[in-house]
Amino acid sequence: MNKTMVIFGEPTRRQVLLGAAATGLALGLGNQALAQAAPKKGGRLRLGASQANTGDSHDPGTWGVSAIVNLGLSGAVYNNLTEIGPDNVLVPELAESLESSKDAKTWMVRLRKGVTFHNGKTLDADDVVASFNHHRGPASKSAVKGVLDAISDIKTDGKDGVVFTLASGSADFPYLVSDYHLAITPAKDGKVDWEPAIGTGGYTLVSHERGVRMVLKRNPNYWKAGRAHFDDVELIAIGDIAARMNAIVTGEVDVIGRVDIKTLALLQRNKDIVIEEVTGTQHYTMPMFTDTAPFTDNNVRLAMKYAIDRKTLVQTILRGHGRPGNDSPITPANRYFAADVPVRDYDPDKAKFHLKQAGLSSLKVDLSAADAAFVGAVDTAVLFKEHAAKAGIDVNVVREPNDGYWSNVWTKKPFVMCFWAGRPTEDWMFSQVYAKGSRWNDTHWDNEKFNKLLLEARAELDSNKRREMYREMQLIVSNDGGAIIPMCANYVSARTTKIARGPSIASNFDLDGQKCIERWWMA
Amino acid sequence: MRSLAAMILKRIGLGFVTLAIVSFIVFFAVYLLPGDLAEEILGQARTPETVANIRHELGLDRPAGTRYIEWIGGVLTGDFGRSLASGRSIAELTGSRLVNTFFLAGFAATISLPLSIALGLAAALYRGRLIDRSINVAALTAISLPEFFVAYILILALSVKAGLVPSLASVNPDTPLAERFYRTILPVVTLTLAVAAHVIRLTRAAIVNLMANQYIEMARLKGLKPSRVIVRHALPNALAPIINVVVLNLAYLIVGVVVVEVVFGYPGLGQLLVDAVAKRDIPVVQATCLIFASTYIVLNLIADVLTIALDPRLLHQR
Repeated sequence: MNKTMVIFGEPTRRQVLLGAAATGLALGLGNQALAQAAPKKGGRLRLGASQANTGDSHDPGTWGVSAIVNLGLSGAVYNNLTEIGPDNVLVPELAESLESSKDAKTWMVRLRKGVTFHNGKTLDADDVVASFNHHRGPASKSAVKGVLDAISDIKTDGKDGVVFTLASGSADFPYLVSDYHLAITPAKDGKVDWEPAIGTGGYTLVSHERGVRMVLKRNPNYWKAGRAHFDDVELIAIGDIAARMNAIVTGEVDVIGRVDIKTLALLQRNKDIVIEEVTGTQHYTMPMFTDTAPFTDNNVRLAMKYAIDRKTLVQTILRGHGRPGNDSPITPANRYFAADVPVRDYDPDKAKFHLKQAGLSSLKVDLSAADAAFVGAVDTAVLFKEHAAKAGIDVNVVREPNDGYWSNVWTKKPFVMCFWAGRPTEDWMFSQVYAKGSRWNDTHWDNEKFNKLLLEARAELDSNKRREMYREMQLIVSNDGGAIIPMCANYVSARTTKIARGPSIASNFDLDGQKCIERWWMA
Repeated sequence: MRSLAAMILKRIGLGFVTLAIVSFIVFFAVYLLPGDLAEEILGQARTPETVANIRHELGLDRPAGTRYIEWIGGVLTGDFGRSLASGRSIAELTGSRLVNTFFLAGFAATISLPLSIALGLAAALYRGRLIDRSINVAALTAISLPEFFVAYILILALSVKAGLVPSLASVNPDTPLAERFYRTILPVVTLTLAVAAHVIRLTRAAIVNLMANQYIEMARLKGLKPSRVIVRHALPNALAPIINVVVLNLAYLIVGVVVVEVVFGYPGLGQLLVDAVAKRDIPVVQATCLIFASTYIVLNLIADVLTIALDPRLLHQR
């Protein structure tokens, strides 16, 4: 590793190569804190969380569904090696620096020194190795097992160094380790004990009544400057959307996630409440099996793509809180989003033309739909039926049960409604869902040119070249891919004017990238 | 009296048989639902390997019959097992939920039952008059509206507009008793409106039915006040049906309030059951269902014993 590339840490000449990511780094966290009105310390934040279940587990491998666990544990109790900051720039968190070999295959992580866990233990390399190994290996039960298959080996290098060896070069590795599942947990004999939820984060866990509430207390020894302002935090599970809206209107809570967009206009009239809306990476998709008739012919897929009225869907299903999708899973929240590519218009004549090219005069397809895919999925399917009818396509909407939708319908039926939270990097999103043979390839798509570009772009460290490659890939997936991606929904949450936040909020998840607890403060 | 004791023992025995049947049905009903715990935990992120690993670790890959027999064995030795999803003991999970559920049911019953019986008596006393009609119309309106709708209307009026009471009934084991009462006012009002109509109508009907009897006529002829006739002479004879409806409503207040729990964010047993079913967490579903079934069995037993105590003729079946 004599030729290395410093991604984070002391600025070096080579950082320039990484463009935006490195520039963000040079600004760092310190400057950002200066730009804001000084945050006030103290107070108790009460947060109405949209989802929680009595079966919620502290095991990081199971995180994802429960908002209480995501916001409370991954967002406040724990830290990761890297963090997507409020300005959407990746910054080091528990890592002090990440350096890669020239082929981006080997990554050397130096840990921040003097960081302690809530139980007093000092953070060292063994903790990081154990935290990652928890998700790896044949016996893993983790939701990110598939993602970490890209790592072939992890070794310690002294007390504060960890060396990751990847199966193939990846310039996006620093983004990968910011995934919320990859929280750093203290190790004991090479294993992590996640049950007591001991992290290095700004808050310590006081109590957690599963599916009901979680109470956190400020960690007085938090290592990160300018973060963790509230003294106490109470996360309350309010699964019912009307109850959640009522709770913020009546002042029972200060912040809520997942606002009801149907009644948002009423909430906006309340001058004590501020709506926080960001365009994230989440998008709604309608995957078709490209190896199953009639979708084997790209003309049929294009006909379907021209037969959907995206603008109307955004206006009716999202009430304007989103944007039309362009059959590509990359959104403006991603770094290399191809903003110059116009969104495909609703054009029944073009749809008919492509049907004719496929040798068909009319088409009848079954579309499996349930609101388990996303709220409004059934309505979207029914609206699509109407749009497509004008192009001579008869869409038969099949109502599926919400229960077991992801197990029995998605990836099982040839044409379904689906949702993706999106991923912070193009490579991550593409290689999990659109690459040949990828684990969640719900369109069975196999495009040779795309697959080749994906590998090249992954190991490419020149960001201008990458931008060009990812633009081309977005065009390929849009024009040849198996998924109709009609819209991207915004993250909409709300806070009362009693709560203040910095000049910008992250868009990787709702509530400031799920980090509002450590980033926001009492006004 | 001996035969009453025998009847109670017999009913308790039958109760256990019922519980066994309930547990069997519940276990296999959950088993028949699409998806299992491993798939529900991982959702869209599942892969065949991770699903298999979770199943293997929790023993879900073993035959359902074996798992059921093991569970029954555990219950017979007082071990209800652990939640599959969170790994915590069932006793720990259900403990505070049980307290919350009984608190809400108790609070609601204390308000709603005496009030409904009194209103029922009033309606009977002033039969056909304005007061009777108003009570009837109000009660029927309240029961005709779905509980969640009543709850939202109450939240809008009393909480959002008037700001009198909290809209969220979030309580925890550390909540002081006074605050518990304050926080649960709206759920209690909602539940009162939901159960009042049954009790009012049945009380009124039972009393009115008896008013045609000769001994009531006799009491009237003696020159007693109508209220005394109803309370002293009619009510004791109408108690049997009233006790039955009261007990059924008590059972409802314990097991049937999940919608109200959701709307007010109240952490009761109903939400626990819904959560557990959603995650296919069979031990938790089983434990909660057994609690609900036992509630019904015990309350029905009490109703029968009280009815027999009031009317010993029922012991001697022809």
